Amino acid sequence: MSFNKGKIIKRQVLAITLIFSLMLVVPLIAAVITPVSKVFNTEVVSASEKAEKKEAVEAVASKKEEGKEEGKKAEYPPAPKLKEKDYPKIKGYNSRISVWIVAQIHLFFAAFVLAVPIFVLVIEGVGIMTKDERYDHMAHEFIKVSMTAFSITATAGGILAFMLVSFYPDFMKYLAGIFGSVMIIYAMLFLAESVCLYVYYYGWDNMRYGNRKWAHLTVGLMLNVVGMTIMVLSNSWATFMMAPSGVDASGVFTGNVWEAIRGPLWNAVNLHRFIANIAYGGSVVGAYAAFKFLSAKSKEDRAHYDWMGYTANIIAISALLPLPFAGYWLTKEIYAYSQTMGITLMGGAFAWLFITQAVLIGALFLSANYYLWCGMERIKGSERYTKYIKYIAMVIVACFLVWFTPHTLIMTPMEQKAIGSQHHPLLGPFGLMPAKNTAVNIMILFTFLSFTLYKRSSKIATVSWLKQGVAAEIAIFAVGIANIVILGIYSYMVPSNIKVGMSVPQVFTTLSIIISVSIIESRLFKNSKSTGDIEWGKMPARSQYALILLAVSFTWLMGLMGYVRSAIRQHWHVNSIMRDSSPEAFTPTIGYAANIVSISTILFMLLVIFIFWLAQFAAKKQAEH
Amino acid sequence: MQTFIKISIIALIALSGYTLFANFAIPQVRPAPPPAEEVTIGAMSMDQYIALGKKIFEGKGTCTLCHNPLLGGRAPNLVNMHNTSEERLKDPRYKGKAKTGEEYLRESEMEPSAFVVAGFGKPGTNDTESPMPKIDGPAVGLKPAEINAVIAYLQTKDGGKATVPLPTGKEESPSPAEGAAEAAPAPAKTAEDVIKKYGCGACHTIGAFAGVVGPNLTKVGAKRDEAYLRGKILDPKSRLVPGFPPGVMPQDFGSRMTAMELEMLVKYLKAQKG
Repeated sequence: MSFNKGKIIKRQVLAITLIFSLMLVVPLIAAVITPVSKVFNTEVVSASEKAEKKEAVEAVASKKEEGKEEGKKAEYPPAPKLKEKDYPKIKGYNSRISVWIVAQIHLFFAAFVLAVPIFVLVIEGVGIMTKDERYDHMAHEFIKVSMTAFSITATAGGILAFMLVSFYPDFMKYLAGIFGSVMIIYAMLFLAESVCLYVYYYGWDNMRYGNRKWAHLTVGLMLNVVGMTIMVLSNSWATFMMAPSGVDASGVFTGNVWEAIRGPLWNAVNLHRFIANIAYGGSVVGAYAAFKFLSAKSKEDRAHYDWMGYTANIIAISALLPLPFAGYWLTKEIYAYSQTMGITLMGGAFAWLFITQAVLIGALFLSANYYLWCGMERIKGSERYTKYIKYIAMVIVACFLVWFTPHTLIMTPMEQKAIGSQHHPLLGPFGLMPAKNTAVNIMILFTFLSFTLYKRSSKIATVSWLKQGVAAEIAIFAVGIANIVILGIYSYMVPSNIKVGMSVPQVFTTLSIIISVSIIESRLFKNSKSTGDIEWGKMPARSQYALILLAVSFTWLMGLMGYVRSAIRQHWHVNSIMRDSSPEAFTPTIGYAANIVSISTILFMLLVIFIFWLAQFAAKKQAEH
Repeated sequence: MQTFIKISIIALIALSGYTLFANFAIPQVRPAPPPAEEVTIGAMSMDQYIALGKKIFEGKGTCTLCHNPLLGGRAPNLVNMHNTSEERLKDPRYKGKAKTGEEYLRESEMEPSAFVVAGFGKPGTNDTESPMPKIDGPAVGLKPAEINAVIAYLQTKDGGKATVPLPTGKEESPSPAEGAAEAAPAPAKTAEDVIKKYGCGACHTIGAFAGVVGPNLTKVGAKRDEAYLRGKILDPKSRLVPGFPPGVMPQDFGSRMTAMELEMLVKYLKAQKG
């Protein structure tokens, strides 16, 4: 099977543009519902004016509220102060581990079933616009995979709810006292999502052409809107536990559930989860395609699943690239909410977790790039660029090593005496955030370079300004990277509070390079000549294992980062308001957490294998006897 | 089937690698939840009180998470605070209510936004809002006597003099421990209760008790002043009585007794004149 390369690339660009457009929806909604000054810390009045206004508003508000206060306290109790005996014990179960594993599996599936409809909708839309039915078939196959996952998500969610009520009744009672009305809406939305999903999936063939297709697309859009609403609502409970709002210092609810939902971390978590879900969903679908590719018997099947794996990988990478930036925003918001919490996250007990994260990120970037490099083998004309792969690989590995370098080393007293401190004299600076921020930006840029070379492989530019265009691109890369490195070095010379902000211009530089080079590339290869068709299916088996590694790494990383997001609350159910007094209140070590995450990942993979098998099983018809 | 096995092996190798790395290649830190009950402020000398302040500053108070010169500017470096606290009151930007250096230090712990050192405010607030949590708030939860201990430490660590009063036990009413920890025994209400509570009569002849291991205390008030008695209870080794071997009397009354209990006992002993 071979497709027209020019069209393929255009469609890829279109698909990516649509995905990024969708990615913009969440922050836009966030910006609309949150005052601009809060999101961007905009200083619209002078500090003294602001303080005066604040005082005046607070004075009026406090007078109004005084009368209501007593009534509210009677209506809403403060957060209970629990004792160990308040936590029911069920023989044979460890409360925290049980809840942790079930919650993790629920979240793995939830992330998957929320992400798949996003890019299915985009791919279906691309199919309508290009009138190419292969997109439609692929979108249909994607959603088929998520159908079984949907029921497992709901089942795991149900088990989780029962476990929470059984093991943590007082906590759930307190949470329900605040979010009860939202929890009911949440349950109703599940019903709405089921309806949308079933109509979307089972109506696929019935609503294939004409106006019905648009109606089908609308159902897909509704499915995503409902799914997103479900996600942001459940996020609000997690962010309330981290950074409570809408309650006073003793946990008495103000009565306004919107205040409780819209906590200081809510928007940042929403955006981070939205992007991460897409990357994660793409990687799991990529693993499915890899499994099907490796099991394929016919050339056509290999070509189809090669294309499917390639598309899924592009989706995963497209979301992976902006993910660190969403992470920066979340971390910044955590610091803004509580410097203590921020330091616990980045400089305290969890600092070493980010070294583990570096290993995972390194695996993700290297496997995603490796897959792209293998993919060049199926394109005639790619030989012109394959010579650069080794240099790109070297840079990515170097960046990975910088990210991987710990600040403080584990040493025996003798070693420490020999080296003179806990920090290595030469490598020590690489352990600090300025070096790591610089490394991750460069890693992203070189992954983008890999993708750019991949896209170029099948094209020969015909424009007269080719040399100047390429020179401009090289200059943009060189100046941009120099700027990122200089900003990184400068970060060492300023205090911590300024240092945190230095990552922002680095990110803007990276985004500027990606956008400007993409624009030049599109103009440079307009009306380009083709070097021949892409030979889909002509991929070495090892490339497919890279896709498997990508999915496994994403899943494990998601579990690990979920652990740290939750664990920075430390010994609080609701940070600084409701203390966890259970025997399991201790913050687990990273090794302990890794073991639980691995168990959850294995259980998830077993269930995913069951889903993949089911998809294959359902496609076969028994031969007549 | 072969494909399935290969995929499973690859996945398991990756998972094992990550798990082993997380378990064995990085240090395992298990931060235990801080004790739910407050630090027991017993009777103590100023030196002990300052030492407690240092302990709280570096431990329960979590102050060194940010006020740490090694970490490079997360929060102001707290040096010469006995002078700096007085200078801050003269700063034109200062809008707080403190009148003395001690009050300034207390205010900066309990109302951190009352004065924000330039460059250390929350982003976008033009140094009008501090990122520091209120130290008596739920996140850290220091009690008045603990806050005073921290003030004493800050005032003295670079050569100043502590101006805070020693704890009397009236600064706080110890509430039952929140959570798992057992509640501390209730403070004694009379000197006789103190003697009973701490088992003084097991060794000494005093009140209704007739212990013979330690000195008879029925006439101790005639020979010893209050300072001696206080010092002897807090640090028994410092004042030895001939004929009685050292190290028999418990050394930890300073950390176990409340200030009120100590004062009641000292006054009771002073009144024992035979």
